[in-house]
Amino acid sequence: MSLNRLRGSLRQVLVFSLFVILLMAGYSAYKAFGQSVDDAQTDWAVIGSILPRTDDLTMPSVFEIISGIFAEPRGVNEAFGSIVVREAAFTLREAAVGFAVGVIVGLSIAIVLSSSRLLERALVPHVIASQTIPLIAIAPIVVIWGRKNLDFLPWEWHDWMSVSLIATYLTFFPVAINGLRGLHSPSSEALELMDSYAARRGQTLWRLRLPASLPYLFSAFKIAATASVVGAIVGEISAGVTGGLGRRILLEAQRYTTGPERLYVAVLFAAALGIFVFLTISLVEYSLVRRKGTEAVL
Amino acid sequence: MTSQPAPAVEIRGVTKVFNPAGANEVLALDNIDLNVAAGDFVTLIGPSGCGKSTLLRLVAALVESTEGNVLVNGKTADQARLDRDYSMVFQRAGLFDWRNVSRNIELPLELMGWKAADRHRRSAEMLELVKLNEFADHHPSELSGGMAQRVAIARAMSFRPALLLMDEPFGALDEMTREHMQNELLRIWSETETTVIFVTHSISEAVFLSTRVVVMSPRPGRIAAVIDNELGTRDDSARDTPQFFANVSAVRKVLRAGEPR
Ligand SMILES: Nc1ncnc2c1ncn2[C@@H]1O[C@H](COP(=O)(O)OP(=O)(O)O)[C@@H](O)[C@H]1O
Ligand SMILES: [Mg+2]
Repeated sequence: MSLNRLRGSLRQVLVFSLFVILLMAGYSAYKAFGQSVDDAQTDWAVIGSILPRTDDLTMPSVFEIISGIFAEPRGVNEAFGSIVVREAAFTLREAAVGFAVGVIVGLSIAIVLSSSRLLERALVPHVIASQTIPLIAIAPIVVIWGRKNLDFLPWEWHDWMSVSLIATYLTFFPVAINGLRGLHSPSSEALELMDSYAARRGQTLWRLRLPASLPYLFSAFKIAATASVVGAIVGEISAGVTGGLGRRILLEAQRYTTGPERLYVAVLFAAALGIFVFLTISLVEYSLVRRKGTEAVL
Repeated sequence: MTSQPAPAVEIRGVTKVFNPAGANEVLALDNIDLNVAAGDFVTLIGPSGCGKSTLLRLVAALVESTEGNVLVNGKTADQARLDRDYSMVFQRAGLFDWRNVSRNIELPLELMGWKAADRHRRSAEMLELVKLNEFADHHPSELSGGMAQRVAIARAMSFRPALLLMDEPFGALDEMTREHMQNELLRIWSETETTVIFVTHSISEAVFLSTRVVVMSPRPGRIAAVIDNELGTRDDSARDTPQFFANVSAVRKVLRAGEPR
């Protein structure tokens, strides 16, 4: 049994590695093809107009990108990769706090809405509408508002906390919607069984509705975790918060011509951070939820 | 002390209308009277849609009657529910698949606030009763249908309710398992002195199990007859007695009489 599981995860790692290698090979092949077209002086208009140009500035080679991780930027005594890892940790903190708050807010909304059909019908449209406000628009407002209005809190308010709030804005939504579906998922027989035992509402919630929701919740957590990283990065960029990956991506984009590979490295690390949080949630799910047919999708 | 013990269940003039005054109004039960004495094993039998489940759920206070009243142990059905005077078993075992077998059995005890040690002791006793001792730590997905239903019975009996309400509990089981479960249920019934109301649409099951058979007819749901069912012995050997066959014919006759011609 556990051997099978081990084999399964080994296979997944292998498939993923293969995927990465194929991606690098495809990238290099395209670049080589584009350059051969260039060298032949043919006027192959697709590359450079519809498809990206293949010169070293637009597409640094895989080798350059990997070297970019280990190279020390001018005037700094530290590998670029290590700087970015530190910044990724900063962004991860924002995302993690945003995720945690989002889970609490989302679950609370789901529990309140599931308690009454009337409330659910009245409020679900508002929950959905909340997601139509563009993140970029609210980010600066949240930061300014955080600096000015949250001085009554017992702890000092930092800008990164505002970024967390922005991430929360993205994460509470899938948790609330999927959570609501999960809380409604028990069969009427199971609910009648609890009624026949004269279970109180809280008991039915804790012993039936919530455990039955776990598969639904975890698929929401996986979406929310990756969304929290996106929210943190976009939040940093549009609110001008320094110290994290968002700021790094913005900076490297501005000085792109002097080191295109650094932007690539920053973006790759951002992607890796997303994968990391996704895998972390999957791992927790794997150890907690006993899968049996119940598969939830948003 | 009193010569006449109070009936475990008293159903007086009960009528149930679903969606009253709506387009899909259904008269599910029409003026039902029925008494169940303590210690009785009463089966409700009839074609599907005749209101058997509805009657059982009225006793459980899971639905409210439109007219008339239901008394359980001399109280309103809802008070009896709050006092945990009864327990239900459905056609589907309905075990929680995130709990192992023992913890499923302990569910009602948890809801009643029992201490962990007491719960474990009782669930072990219940596993003994349904002969599933080795399966305490198994998960519901690892059980056969018959085993799952035995766990459901153990869960229902765990707090020793005076009344057991069973809605086609063996309906999804194959014939062999079904007969075995019937034998087991009779054994448990005689060991625990529980009052049972049991819904079925199998004539032989009704005759084999019960002390009284309540035959119902559909549209609207009514009681067509109540047949006292004497078999002498109450174990597997009763299945082959002339009395058994005679009673099966008697029930069949009443059921046929209720059929539309
Ligand atoms: N919740 C409900 N809403 C509307 N009609 C119902 C409901 N429950 C049962 N009925 C109707 O009441 C009648 C009796 O149903 P039921 O008690 O389930 O019958 P049985 O258990 O004998 O098959 C049926 O016509 C059924 O459609
Ligand atoms: Mg039924």
